[in-house]
Amino acid sequence: MAEEKAPPSEGAPRSGEAKAKPRLEARDASSHPWVEAMRAALPDTVLAAKEFAGQVTVTVARDGIARVARHLKDSQDFRYCVDVTAVDWKDRQPRFDVVYHFYSFSKNARLRVKCGAADGEAVPSIATVFLAANWSERETWDMFGIPFAGHPDPRRILTWEGFHGHPLRKDFPVEGIDTGAAIYPEEWPEGGGPSPDDPNRKAVS
Amino acid sequence: MTDERGLTDAERDEAEYFARRATDSGVARPASGVVEHHESPTLFDVQEMELNFGPQHPSTHGVLRLVLKVDGEKIIEAKPDVGYLHRGTEKLFETETYPMGIPHTDRMDYVAAATNNHAFCLTVEKLLGVEIPRRAQLVRVILDELQRLSSHLVWLGTSGIDLGAVTPFWYAFREREQILDFFEEYCGARLTLNCMRIGGLPFDLTPGWVERLAEFIDDLPARIDDYEQLLTDNRIWKKRTIGIGVISAEECVEWGLTGPVLRASGLEWDLRRAQPYECYDELDFAIPTRSNGDTYDRYIVRVQEMRQSVRIVKQCLARLEPGEIRGKVPRVIKPVAEETYASIESPKGELGFYCVSNGTNRPYRMHCRPPSFINLQALPRLARGHLISDLVALIGTIDIVLGEVDR
Repeated sequence: MAEEKAPPSEGAPRSGEAKAKPRLEARDASSHPWVEAMRAALPDTVLAAKEFAGQVTVTVARDGIARVARHLKDSQDFRYCVDVTAVDWKDRQPRFDVVYHFYSFSKNARLRVKCGAADGEAVPSIATVFLAANWSERETWDMFGIPFAGHPDPRRILTWEGFHGHPLRKDFPVEGIDTGAAIYPEEWPEGGGPSPDDPNRKAVS
Repeated sequence: MTDERGLTDAERDEAEYFARRATDSGVARPASGVVEHHESPTLFDVQEMELNFGPQHPSTHGVLRLVLKVDGEKIIEAKPDVGYLHRGTEKLFETETYPMGIPHTDRMDYVAAATNNHAFCLTVEKLLGVEIPRRAQLVRVILDELQRLSSHLVWLGTSGIDLGAVTPFWYAFREREQILDFFEEYCGARLTLNCMRIGGLPFDLTPGWVERLAEFIDDLPARIDDYEQLLTDNRIWKKRTIGIGVISAEECVEWGLTGPVLRASGLEWDLRRAQPYECYDELDFAIPTRSNGDTYDRYIVRVQEMRQSVRIVKQCLARLEPGEIRGKVPRVIKPVAEETYASIESPKGELGFYCVSNGTNRPYRMHCRPPSFINLQALPRLARGHLISDLVALIGTIDIVLGEVDR
């Protein structure tokens, strides 16, 4: 590794030179212009806002998410819905965070919007506001079991209809569950395998 | 060569083609960029039939099943059915430490593993606040662009074969093999590269690698000319691709389409320029765009992108200096309990990772925003009203990799 001994003088900044560590703690972003505009348009919807590593995250009320999406698209020019996903916090109330990423071409900026959802609680779908959210919401339903109210096509997408369980929940075993569907079609004709309460289900821990 | 109307052969072909297509099938290229389908008088009753396309169809490039509703050869509705390759990658990320996640990313978009590694590492680096040494940045950009070249070459070869152009495949794969040789020499693998680490790179370049790559890259534009000679003015190629799957830039944004698909519709948006990562901001390259947003334009955009990649690699090679290849990363990676999203311009579009940390050495949640998955979503929109044989062109043109769609 003789090359590493080259003098660190010319060229762009090297890792050693920049002593000032980048900010690694989140700070409050309630006074951010986008957040203020959102709060002005939809009072009582914005619950919290923070900024970390230059990324703004706004937490909103669950039942207001479709209105937030509409507002961001129409009034703030966040026209591109990058992604919809969720995080399972298992022991927290509400259990899930549904996470949306939006991008604005005119601002060249991203915005993350989050809302909490308890187990089984439906989240208003934004697939009618952003067509791009359609499959992402289906994936979120499939993987986490968060229903999206008003979704035009609320089917599973990566697993099959009738599959029991939602794989990305923290209490779903990594090894998977034995669905038995392929082997015993006469026993589980729906193609889904045994339900979690079925005594015949093979225990996987 | 121009005729009495001052049109070249190619332009005359195009004009004739649209005139005939408009009368034949009721599909015209409109000024607005959106295909209109006007009803043509039918002799027989419309008989809808359901047809399974795939999952074992060779032109689906993997295991994609499309449930088609067809009237004769015309597609009324196409419903993609995905998930055959679902391996629970996101679940696996949660069970392993941060560096152990990188090899899983290789298996998502398996024809462009380097860009997957890159996006994954960038996300974790953002969470850690690590700075990447200059040499590592340059090598990462070289690897990315080589990967873009090889991914586009695979696309060029296979989507040519889908439409009956068998010859370009052999030329495209010849160069792709050479690119894979460079990867093999660098990291020992040809497809599942695992060629980046959080904070930098696993290895420095081998002796002579740069010189051989410079030689290969100098030679490449002439090879790209060869592919273009086979396809760009090829009458059959044009007839199979012009006016197929037209989509406007507004609709692309609405559907979340990114990458060459978006640029072929006229929006000059590329993450390497819009939100530069590594050292893309100091490199000189153009973002090729076209305005018609059809399959032919997407082909042109990809070929032009290959030429730009050649330019980028050349500039990076010229800037390479000896130096460190790994930033100051702690031995055990335990980011603060926060969340970040980072994305790069992969050969297919915006590839992003969303990472939630809870302060331990494993990601609490690692989500991938795969361009193929989101782009595939628009296939029913693109396919509506076209013929089944055009569907093959459309699956090729959005350039999906099913490993990434299903993860």
